[in-house]
Amino acid sequence: MSWLVSPRRLRELGVLGMNERNIHYIAGFNERRLFPLVDDKLKTKEIALASGLAVPTLIGVVRYQHQINEIAEVLHNQAAFCIKPAKGSGGKGILVIHDHDDELYYKPNDQGLTLGDVKRHLSNILAGLYSLGGQPDKAIIEQLIHFDDHFSGYSFEGVPDIRIIVFKGYPVMAMMRLSTAASDGKANLHQGAVGVGIDLRSGRASHAVQYDRVVHKHPDTGLPLSEVSIPEWDKLMVMAARCYEMSDLGYIGVDIVLDAHRGPMLLELNARPGLAIQIANGRGLAERLVQVKTFAERARMPDERVALVQQSFY
Amino acid sequence: MQQKVPFYILLLLLVGIGLGSAIHRHIDLEVPWTPGETREVWSVEARLEFTARDKPVIALLAIPETQPGFTLLEQGTASPGYGLSYLTEEDVPAVRWSTQKATGKQVLYYRAQFLLDTRTDKVWPGPPEIEPAPILPELENVAAGRLLDEVRADSANQITLVAQILNTIKANDQKVSLLKQGRDDVELAIMLTQLAGVAARPVTAVNLRHNRRNQDGIPYLMVYEEDQVAFFNLQTGKEGKPARLLLWEMNGQPLIDLEGGRNTRISFSMARVIVPVQQAIEEKYRDLSPIRISLHSLPQEEQQLFRGLLLIPVGVMVVMIVRVLVGLRTSGTFMPVLIALALMQTALGAGLAGFVVVIFAGLVVRSYLSRLNLLLVARISAVIIVVILLTATFSVIAYNLRLVEGLNIMFFPMIIIAWTIERLSLLWEEEGAKEVLQQGGGSLMVALLAYVVMSNIYVQHLTFNFPGLQLVLLAFVLMLGSYTGYRLIELVRFSPLADKENTDQLR
Ligand SMILES: Nc1ncnc2c1ncn2[C@@H]1O[C@H](COP(=O)(O)OP(=O)(O)O)[C@@H](O)[C@H]1O
Ligand SMILES: [Mg+2]
Repeated sequence: MSWLVSPRRLRELGVLGMNERNIHYIAGFNERRLFPLVDDKLKTKEIALASGLAVPTLIGVVRYQHQINEIAEVLHNQAAFCIKPAKGSGGKGILVIHDHDDELYYKPNDQGLTLGDVKRHLSNILAGLYSLGGQPDKAIIEQLIHFDDHFSGYSFEGVPDIRIIVFKGYPVMAMMRLSTAASDGKANLHQGAVGVGIDLRSGRASHAVQYDRVVHKHPDTGLPLSEVSIPEWDKLMVMAARCYEMSDLGYIGVDIVLDAHRGPMLLELNARPGLAIQIANGRGLAERLVQVKTFAERARMPDERVALVQQSFY
Repeated sequence: MQQKVPFYILLLLLVGIGLGSAIHRHIDLEVPWTPGETREVWSVEARLEFTARDKPVIALLAIPETQPGFTLLEQGTASPGYGLSYLTEEDVPAVRWSTQKATGKQVLYYRAQFLLDTRTDKVWPGPPEIEPAPILPELENVAAGRLLDEVRADSANQITLVAQILNTIKANDQKVSLLKQGRDDVELAIMLTQLAGVAARPVTAVNLRHNRRNQDGIPYLMVYEEDQVAFFNLQTGKEGKPARLLLWEMNGQPLIDLEGGRNTRISFSMARVIVPVQQAIEEKYRDLSPIRISLHSLPQEEQQLFRGLLLIPVGVMVVMIVRVLVGLRTSGTFMPVLIALALMQTALGAGLAGFVVVIFAGLVVRSYLSRLNLLLVARISAVIIVVILLTATFSVIAYNLRLVEGLNIMFFPMIIIAWTIERLSLLWEEEGAKEVLQQGGGSLMVALLAYVVMSNIYVQHLTFNFPGLQLVLLAFVLMLGSYTGYRLIELVRFSPLADKENTDQLR
């Protein structure tokens, strides 16, 4: 096992690098003017609803400082919710409250926050602390996603989310991120979450890594990762494919969560999806991207594209 | 990808124009590629002394001009009570002093500054017309004829001929002793060259040596052979021209032409000044349009500003290399450049220490503020104010303790530092101190790297003296911006993918 690999070998393996992703795929297939649609989660929600995709229900939006004072009333009726910055990324500024008694608000790890803490968090979001370049922001409050029993034992304190890379409307690679004790309930791979590569045909785990190394069992529960299988997989794939028509962006990362009651829901779109998905799948993206370029564009409906992909990539 | 070709043409154009302008500045304006080069400037003074005779005085002094080896930078006179005109358009360039009436000892000064310059546009004046040979008494004529016959036999061309003539004059020979009667060596030499029909130009030269006074002009003879010019010192008979030999007069005329005075005497004194090459060039090309000169023509303060400004692209390029080729992340894209700039204003060690202290103090203050439930703007403003106060205090303390001389960490971009503190403190809360050290330390490393490059004297010299190179930097940055290869850290990051057992599928 060597810790260094030659550029030539990486190219042979079809690994997509950051510079190439930026120049060929993001700059090449994503029009700048469309970025605000996905960089603002509120707008994403709107266009998703307009095109009939399920999203977590919006409880409220905090736009101005004075609205924060009335926040207790808004939250009063909501047993569980999630507060996030509209222009945040990488999980920054996301506050998940799974229970509260109007005085203390409990995070998934049962740490209690006071109302003051919550208000300060909202005020930080508005001031742009979590947004790109520090620009002023909005805070979104939405209903909590209850995770599907299917994954109990596979995710520690967090909702597992599914990331699908969609290129020109064709889903090309997928992974699921399982939070672990090491990742502190966050689904960031570099913090120790488990990345599970998902087979595009079956929706079943094909490969899994933690800290970039292959794992076979969930590090906390010991459950075999090979048993991971996502229900309603084809529905997820079509949902991801439809995000192309919805956003007009050629190269996106679609984040989907499975809600126990409402099924797959679109969480967010990413115009600059990361490259760790390659490690989670144990294979490079480049080959599939090149192959998609040969598929005729737009001519097919989302479900046809999914079918084509499932024939071609395995 | 269809825009590739125009893009490469643009790059070539930028590099071409940039390098072209730099090469032009180097060749045509003599701006050196490396810093620290110096030039010699000689300040030469001619002192003309005579006794006036209560009558109107007109004094003409031949003056030197720009010539191969020397460029005239500046000239002037000191001659109270005299009217002055420069006769530089005459065949014999001269300065003319005149006055209605003068009595007693008079001293007039002419001063000139010459740049010792291997690159002047001037060439030596061509050979003069051959003057008709003087008519000599019979006896002398025969002696001279014989002598010239002997000498001719030993020589191949004009130059060797003159060399032989001068040799024989120095030798003890009957014919020479005969000819020397009533003539000194110099007169004899000139007469013999005339008799031999050689095209030669008698000139008067001054040998420049540092801090000499009371020097006399030295008679030289310029001898032509096709394209070649040879110099003969008529006093010693030696051939050759020392590099610091300034030809004062080149037309075989006396240095002085005086009416209304006697006891004329002329002497020279000189001194050498070593100046930075930039200053010398500045003076040499002063008359050219300012656009062709440089930022050196700006006032000192603006120059300083531009020095810093022109370095920023270099720092930016370092950051780009680190990000695009290496793949390191920095907190705040060009924050490291700003830190590097600030470090350049202070001493490095002191600057670094100051920076770390400021950030650390800021983090402490911020951690207290975070308990006050303030708005973000208020918090950042508070951090800025406290940070500025702290820097001022540290500066004063450090200065008074003589820890550093003139430490000035006020140069740090405070607003940006305040934001950095805010971000780092958040990082601390969310991801722990390790991440703070990693990101903060990483940014500092990049800043240091930028600092090392930006404070390099060669880099500073090139950016300041060849602004055209900025275009080359621009081209390089554009090229980096279109680099699609792997980053260095990706070779590590993706190494598991190259590993057989690591890519095995789950089933
Ligand atoms: N409504 C929600 N309920 C529960 N968890 C959520 C909710 N929204 C987001 N999360 C959690 O936060 C993570 C990141 O959310 P996401 O909307 O993708 O923001 P980011 O752009 O920061 O990645 C998700 O993977 C999920 O674990
Ligand atoms: Mg996300």
